[in-house]
Amino acid sequence: MRLLDLLLCRRQPSSSEIAHERLRLVLAHDRANISPGMLDTLKDELITVISRYVPIDAAGVEVTFTQGRRESRLVADIPLQTGKQHGQ
Amino acid sequence: MAGKVLTITSGKGGVGKTTVTANLGVALALHSQRVTVIDADIGLRNLDVMLGLENRIVYDLVDVVEGRCRLRQALVRDKRLQELFLLPAAQTRDKTAVSPQDMVQVCDDLRQSFDFLLIDSPAGIEQGFQNAVAPADGILIVTNPEVAAVRDADRIIGLLEAEEKGPAHLIINRLKPKLVERGDMLDTATVVELLAIQLIGIVPEDESVIAAANTGRPIAFDDGVTGRSFHDIARRLLGENIPFAPLKEPGFFDRLLRIVRPEGG
Ligand SMILES: Nc1ncnc2c1ncn2[C@@H]1O[C@H](COP(=O)(O)OP(=O)(O)OP(=O)(O)O)[C@@H](O)[C@H]1O
Ligand SMILES: [Mg+2]
Repeated sequence: MRLLDLLLCRRQPSSSEIAHERLRLVLAHDRANISPGMLDTLKDELITVISRYVPIDAAGVEVTFTQGRRESRLVADIPLQTGKQHGQ
Repeated sequence: MAGKVLTITSGKGGVGKTTVTANLGVALALHSQRVTVIDADIGLRNLDVMLGLENRIVYDLVDVVEGRCRLRQALVRDKRLQELFLLPAAQTRDKTAVSPQDMVQVCDDLRQSFDFLLIDSPAGIEQGFQNAVAPADGILIVTNPEVAAVRDADRIIGLLEAEEKGPAHLIINRLKPKLVERGDMLDTATVVELLAIQLIGIVPEDESVIAAANTGRPIAFDDGVTGRSFHDIARRLLGENIPFAPLKEPGFFDRLLRIVRPEGG
């Protein structure tokens, strides 16, 4: 059944795959003791601070966790504005 | 040679701590170990009924701690196994009647005469949990393959690591192989990967666990996939290297495969 879905390229993630993904996120947040809301605020402030120095593409900024029990990492991916977008 | 204190805990309630404690107690005793199971769930005692020993209780843990009886007087011997004892919780007191130091003292005393002390922890992360883990040499974390239970297990693992309690091992309870196959239940490998602790047992969902709770005769007394899963945990605790067997009874295709490829896979 799932194989058929795969072959027809119409496979929906199973409920256990969704559970896995949700847990991956919620555990990362629990372990770092940072809520998704706090992460949003952090992202907004990062954007404000960094744009003071370099022009950035605010819509493309992503702040995420990489998870691990002994080590969690906050990763900020901040795309700089390319030349043609300059001076918008 | 001093006995080992293992605390069975979970974070989320109702995942099977008391079931695991009773069955592991039985399984270890059937492997000729001297065992006391201790009910640390003061005010909500369950372990006595799970073992069918509720009518034999005279004293309880709080009586011991408050000096109304000697420790040995409070121990209830199992009617089927000579080497299995229960130290019951008080039913009418609250969890503050016992302190972590009390638990350490009780266990240090019992350690001398037993191979294993299994402590059934209450749910949550409050005083009852602190009492249960204070004397532990090792922790068994019980979880179900569900989002909320795994999340709470992770919280407990984090707390235990911060307190440098351990080592902690994982028991996955109520696994339904058919649901896993269908993609509707987290599989063992995923739960282990997420929680990042060592697995020591997988117990399937089994209706006869409920019947066993009705009669007070833990399923580990009887042969069957679920009973065996508890004996496997007991043997791993005793240092044996038991592979994690598939939980389902072999179906038609499994048997066919075995005939086609007798070396197995
Ligand atoms: N493997 C299983 N298959 C079917 N039912 C189970 C299984 N394990 C536990 N149960 C059932 O789940 C219920 C809760 O089990 P149990 O009392 O052992 O959980 P607990 O973690 O001790 O709960 P609490 O947090 O309230 O102390 C019981 O009704 C029990 O019979
Ligand atoms: Mg219980």
